[in-house]
Amino acid sequence: MSSIFTISIFQSALELGCIYALVALALFISFTILNIADLTTDGCFTLGCAVGAMVSLAGHPFLALVAAIASGAVAGFVTAFLQTKLGVESILAGIIVNTGLYTINIAVMGFSSIANLFGCDTLFSIGKDTLGNTVVGDWYKVIIVALIVVVVAVALWWFMGTTLGMSIRATGDNAEMVKSSSINPTFTITVGLCLANSLTGLSGALIAQYQKSADINIGTGMVTIALASLIIGQTLIGNKGSMARRIIGTILGSVLYRFIVAIALRLSVPAEALKLVSALIVAVAIAAPYFRKKLVLKKREFANYRGNAVRGGKEDA
Amino acid sequence: MLKIDNISKTFNPGTVNEKAALTHLSLDLKDGDFATIVGSNGAGKSTMFNAIAGTFIVDEGNIYLDGEDITFKKEYVRSRVIGHLFQDPLKGTAPNMTIEENMALAFLRASHSSGKLFSRISSKDKARFREQLSLLNMGLEDRMKQPVGLLSGGQRQALTLLMATFVTPKLLLLDEHTAALDPATAEKVLELTKSIVKERGITCLMVTHNMHQALEVGNRTLMMNAGHIVFDTEGEERAALTVSDLLEKFKVGAGEELDNDRVLLS
Repeated sequence: MSSIFTISIFQSALELGCIYALVALALFISFTILNIADLTTDGCFTLGCAVGAMVSLAGHPFLALVAAIASGAVAGFVTAFLQTKLGVESILAGIIVNTGLYTINIAVMGFSSIANLFGCDTLFSIGKDTLGNTVVGDWYKVIIVALIVVVVAVALWWFMGTTLGMSIRATGDNAEMVKSSSINPTFTITVGLCLANSLTGLSGALIAQYQKSADINIGTGMVTIALASLIIGQTLIGNKGSMARRIIGTILGSVLYRFIVAIALRLSVPAEALKLVSALIVAVAIAAPYFRKKLVLKKREFANYRGNAVRGGKEDA
Repeated sequence: MLKIDNISKTFNPGTVNEKAALTHLSLDLKDGDFATIVGSNGAGKSTMFNAIAGTFIVDEGNIYLDGEDITFKKEYVRSRVIGHLFQDPLKGTAPNMTIEENMALAFLRASHSSGKLFSRISSKDKARFREQLSLLNMGLEDRMKQPVGLLSGGQRQALTLLMATFVTPKLLLLDEHTAALDPATAEKVLELTKSIVKERGITCLMVTHNMHQALEVGNRTLMMNAGHIVFDTEGEERAALTVSDLLEKFKVGAGEELDNDRVLLS
């Protein structure tokens, strides 16, 4: 079994885990904190990927990340606008934007469904040139993505403690209280969704640079995967702890999810079956806490029943 | 202070569920008035509060607060100067956020410059929150890092009251805010309410189903029926009123026999 886990598999799982952790954090903001099921995620991830790829191709690997963040924020803004100003149901707003983004994404990639980044500068090629020959060796990718995730996580933690961050948290926690506390929920939902989708966009751009390509279907099922990571993290760390704890849990969940996928691949699960595996993981992760609770109750019920039987038996005798 | 001019509101117009909740209601509240409101269920007490707070926009008529027409102002804008407490103690606080975070949100009313958006809770804020919380005598000042969801209903309602009056509001709306609490806690929250309102001279409206309270608390008593105010008393006339007088007025005002257990029993 030792062959299941080689160093390179460990490395790539860590790398992907960190990159996708940004999407998990995005869902942490929209789903956990704002209590909104934001289905913009899939299309927004592809948007970040496409924008990141095209700007990288134009020779600006760093600007690519900034552009992807901005494009994600715009997508989030449109979703927020639909639900706060035009009265569209939040799930529907996400689906509408998601659908519309397909065309936009194709257009961004020059009406092609694939963009190739081979030979152009990326964050990782630059990292390889500067870090690759030092003691770091081929861990340079891990260092780059881990650094980005740490910066994002710290910034997010800080932001959630500010007045605006607290207002966003209160919006998801008790909407009624927010309105009577002079906070404009339209504003907090908009800021929250922009923030969440900008992280999704950033993640997309990083993936484009990481795998040196972008394609139109790359975001499909992203919301499920991110949800899986989020829930694995919550199951691990708990949902009630401090903000720092919950953010770390989300990141760990994403990394762990990538390890599970890596193991599945090593056990020669075909790559086409990965989405099914993801769906299964999500279903199991969501059902596990509920099932555990029920099991405890059943155990007590059974013990109680047995206890009664024993006592009853004695009386009879 | 508060002037309500002939407002009406009909819910679900044109359907079988049509309900004229407010019918040509007018009210003039002087600065520093503390009025109690009685009326049977469905008389429109909460609807009037929601109209004032801006949960919905009235169909006709105008509402003025401190001379300013607030008829079409949004709820979150009005809430800068209007405090609103509900019967349900869970409504006024965010359960998954800590006591100090809830206090910080309440404190937002005072600071509406956008420069404050990115400020965090300072030690100066904490000291101020602690001082305010200690006024409640509930030991909450030592639990500031705990989520509000862990508090009892009474503690949450006391905290909500503190938050609503933290930055002195122009108008305080109390919608049966002690009705869901046990008698001892209800008494405590009511005493707290009276002292805060008196100390700051807040103009206040309080719905109650307790006829004693209706006559003893505050300086003015209003009675509502069928969406408008049917009886309004203050000063000597009010001082001379007894609970049975009030119940009698209830019958006359309502123009029907009393059939509401809650009113009779209190």
